Amino acid sequence: MTGEHLDATIARRVRRLETLLEEKGLITGERVDEAIDAFLASSSPANGARVVARAWTDEAYRSRLLADGTAAVRELGYMEGSYQRLRVVENTADTHNVIVCTLCSCYPLRLLGPSPSWYKSEAYRSRVVREPRSVLREFGLELPGTVDITVWDSSAESRYMVLPRRPEGTEGLTEEELAALVTRNALIGTATV
Amino acid sequence: MARINDVGGTQGFGAIDTADDTEPFHADWEARVVGLFNTLRAQGLFNTNEFRDAIESMPPAEYLAASYYERWFTAIVALLETKGVLEPGELDD
Repeated sequence: MTGEHLDATIARRVRRLETLLEEKGLITGERVDEAIDAFLASSSPANGARVVARAWTDEAYRSRLLADGTAAVRELGYMEGSYQRLRVVENTADTHNVIVCTLCSCYPLRLLGPSPSWYKSEAYRSRVVREPRSVLREFGLELPGTVDITVWDSSAESRYMVLPRRPEGTEGLTEEELAALVTRNALIGTATV
Repeated sequence: MARINDVGGTQGFGAIDTADDTEPFHADWEARVVGLFNTLRAQGLFNTNEFRDAIESMPPAEYLAASYYERWFTAIVALLETKGVLEPGELDD
C-alpha cells in the first residue's frame, strides 16, 4: 500500500467515525470545527518568545520565571486553569538545556505552538536522552565540549521550556524586537536562539 | 514491564528528520482527529489519562507502524468501544 492509499483509507475511517457519532447525537461537525479552531488559535511559539523577551529585559520577572514558571507565565495570561506545572530551565555560558517527552509528546503547547513532527518521532525521543550532543549536531547546533547538556523529560503533569541566552549585541532592542529573535527550536533547546 | 511507547534510550531508530515543519497538520483527517478528541473529551466520554493509556496499550508492532495521529484515532475508537459508544467492528460495517 502506498502512503497515499494509506492516507485515503484512514481519511475514510475518520469520516465514517464522525458520521456515526453525529448519527448517535454525540457530536456535530460544527463542534469539531470549533475545537480545531480553538486548538490552533490559542497555541503559538510567539507566546513563549514573549515570555523569554520579558525575562531578558526584566530581572525581577526572570527570577520569578525560574522560581515558578507556571505562576510567572500566568502573569502574562498563559496556562490559566491548567493542571500542568511549567518549569523554565535557563541556558548559561556552561549549561545548555533541551526538552523531550520520551513517552510520547508532552509539550507546553500554549507557549510553543503545535509541536514539530520530529519532536514526536521515536528517533528524537529515544536518542536525545542517550546522545544529546550528537542529536543537537544533527540540528546544526555544535556545542563546545565544556558546555554541559541537561535533558528534561516531560510528563503528563510537568512541562518544560528553555530560556535561551540573550544574544550579544542586542542591548538596544525593544522587548518586541527581542521576542522576534526567539525561535520555537530555541524554546525546545535544539537551537541557541 | 515497559510498554512500547517507552523508547527513551532505545537504540536503532536512526537519524532524525529535522525538517522544521511548521504545519500543525499534514492532512485534513489529522485535524478532524484532534477536533474529535477535544470534543469527545470535553463531553466527558473519556479523559486524557484514559486516552494516553489507550495509545500505550497498542500492540507494539501496530504502534510502531502507525503515524502519530493514526495512534490518536486508534485510541479514540478503542475507548469508544470499551465504553459501549461503538459496537466492536461498527466502524468497519
